[in-house]
Amino acid sequence: MNVLKQAKLAGLAATLAVLVGCAGQVNEEQAVAVESKTATTEQKTEAAKPSKVESAAEKAAREARQAEFEASRKSVRTAEQLKNKALAADTLFFFGYDKSDLSKKALDHLDAHANYLSSDRTAKVRLEGHADERGTRAYNLALGERRANAVARYLVIQGVNRSQIETVSYGEERPLSLARNDSGWSRNRRVELIYQ
Amino acid sequence: MQLIITLLVACLFSLSVKAELVIEITRGVENPIKIAVVPFRIKSAGAFEIDVARLIESNLERSGQFMRVDRDSMLSLPGPDDQIYHRDWRAINSEYVVVGSIEKKPDGLLVRFGLHDIFGERVLFAERIPGTAVSLRDIGHYISDRIYEALTGLKGIFSTRLLYVSAERRSEKEQTFKLIMSDADGGRPRTIFQSSEPILSPSWSPDGSRVAYMSFRGKRSGIYVQTLASGEVQQVTNFNGLNSAPAFSPDGRKLVMTLSKDGNPELYIANLRTGELDRMTKHFSIDTEASWSPDGQSILFTSGRGGKPQLYMMNVAQKTVKRVTFDGDYNSNGSFTPDGESIVFVHRSNKQFHIAKMNLKTRRLQILTETDLDESPSVAPNGTMLIYATSDEEKGLLGLVSMDGRVRVRLPSVSESVREPAWSPFFN
Repeated sequence: MNVLKQAKLAGLAATLAVLVGCAGQVNEEQAVAVESKTATTEQKTEAAKPSKVESAAEKAAREARQAEFEASRKSVRTAEQLKNKALAADTLFFFGYDKSDLSKKALDHLDAHANYLSSDRTAKVRLEGHADERGTRAYNLALGERRANAVARYLVIQGVNRSQIETVSYGEERPLSLARNDSGWSRNRRVELIYQ
Repeated sequence: MQLIITLLVACLFSLSVKAELVIEITRGVENPIKIAVVPFRIKSAGAFEIDVARLIESNLERSGQFMRVDRDSMLSLPGPDDQIYHRDWRAINSEYVVVGSIEKKPDGLLVRFGLHDIFGERVLFAERIPGTAVSLRDIGHYISDRIYEALTGLKGIFSTRLLYVSAERRSEKEQTFKLIMSDADGGRPRTIFQSSEPILSPSWSPDGSRVAYMSFRGKRSGIYVQTLASGEVQQVTNFNGLNSAPAFSPDGRKLVMTLSKDGNPELYIANLRTGELDRMTKHFSIDTEASWSPDGQSILFTSGRGGKPQLYMMNVAQKTVKRVTFDGDYNSNGSFTPDGESIVFVHRSNKQFHIAKMNLKTRRLQILTETDLDESPSVAPNGTMLIYATSDEEKGLLGLVSMDGRVRVRLPSVSESVREPAWSPFFN
């Protein structure tokens, strides 16, 4: 009888433990769900850490896995949003004659690229600098590179790693427009941003 | 340093191309020397691929200093052994007469040629040279050089060569670039390097055996040195960023070039044997397009350090810099004349880009060309004329202009757009 009683008590205790554990888990999941609506990727990574709430080791591991999955799913969603925003942004940036400074409009669009590139460190971009045909070829090659570097510098300031960016200058050798007038030339003085 | 990687592009070497340049004289001197080049007498059966007499008269006319006497007006067509009737040639205003013959021999050809002074009534020279049919063109250029030297006192440039770049464009991204080497008259064009990426700044070694140029491997620029005889290509640099505008030092041991590996286009001098690099400039603006003075002590380069592109001169040993051009707001791509006394460069005036010359002592600037978007001047080794790139509405073409600006010759290419000419040194 004593043995039976002990067994019943143990069973009760186990049931209670399961109940307590389940309750804890529910709370945790809710907390993650609420947080996720406003959280950034980094905050979610924090939430994905194993819970401090007392529970069996395997349960904690399962929780962690679940939270991690949730977080990564949400982070993918955010990166995808940033990526879509970047893909919708301009990839051609134009410059004044013999100039390599960026326009206000260019900066707005470059911000979208910078946000995406900072969110996904595996993303890589090539910046191709170009010049119009006026002036000498080697000088224009240097000018195209200054333009590509101006864009690269801005992206780095916005948080992109320099290793995500490759720059190349084609000078006046690859014009977009063959028109020999101001409108043709202004289209050729550009940096093209190309995702790799 | 990843210097000196050797590659073979022998398969690309000496592919013949059809983009032959055709000479078209737009202007000449007021009183050119009138010369009659009698058709060379063929002393054996069969015809040769080129008309040597035509080649010689075209060569001489292209210098702007000569005018041909029309074949139809010649009263007789003497060979090297025939009597020259001076009165007959005076009657059609020929000051000089060139005669010659080509004879087939068991071991090749024998070419004989002579130059007669009609008013002086004397033979200036009579020579014979052995050759093969393949080298008939070389013989024609050699005879042109001999005539030119005898009548002007200056070494002829008809046996020299040209390098230039042709570009065939199908779309912005799809282009074929070819580095072409031809005779000085545009004849015998041969593709020595070909790429879907741009080729720029071809430059001859002082002995004419190698050429340096900038191109790309993949998306990365690099400076290459190609040995003409073997087709062997040596990659000199492919640093991050720009690797451009190479130019050989007069002793052929060094290359001055533009690299932006340290963040900004700066000039460096590379020792081709050791691979050692010496940084020459340090300025946040563009420094590029360097070329050496004939004595090797100075380099002339383009810099934006004054706000606009201007030419500057640097003492190589001391690295001291002084500004050279002050006229106009765009002066670039400068190089020295062979005597070292003047420089030629691209100069913008009235919003147009022309080729200009400036004497370094008198500082007098003379504009030599009249077309727009003129660039890449390269002076012939005898200092009498320069070749440059210009363009019509559709494509790039090459032009020649005498150093006094009085003679202009256009070399329109038949099909492709051409640019970046570089005149070779003398080969002998």
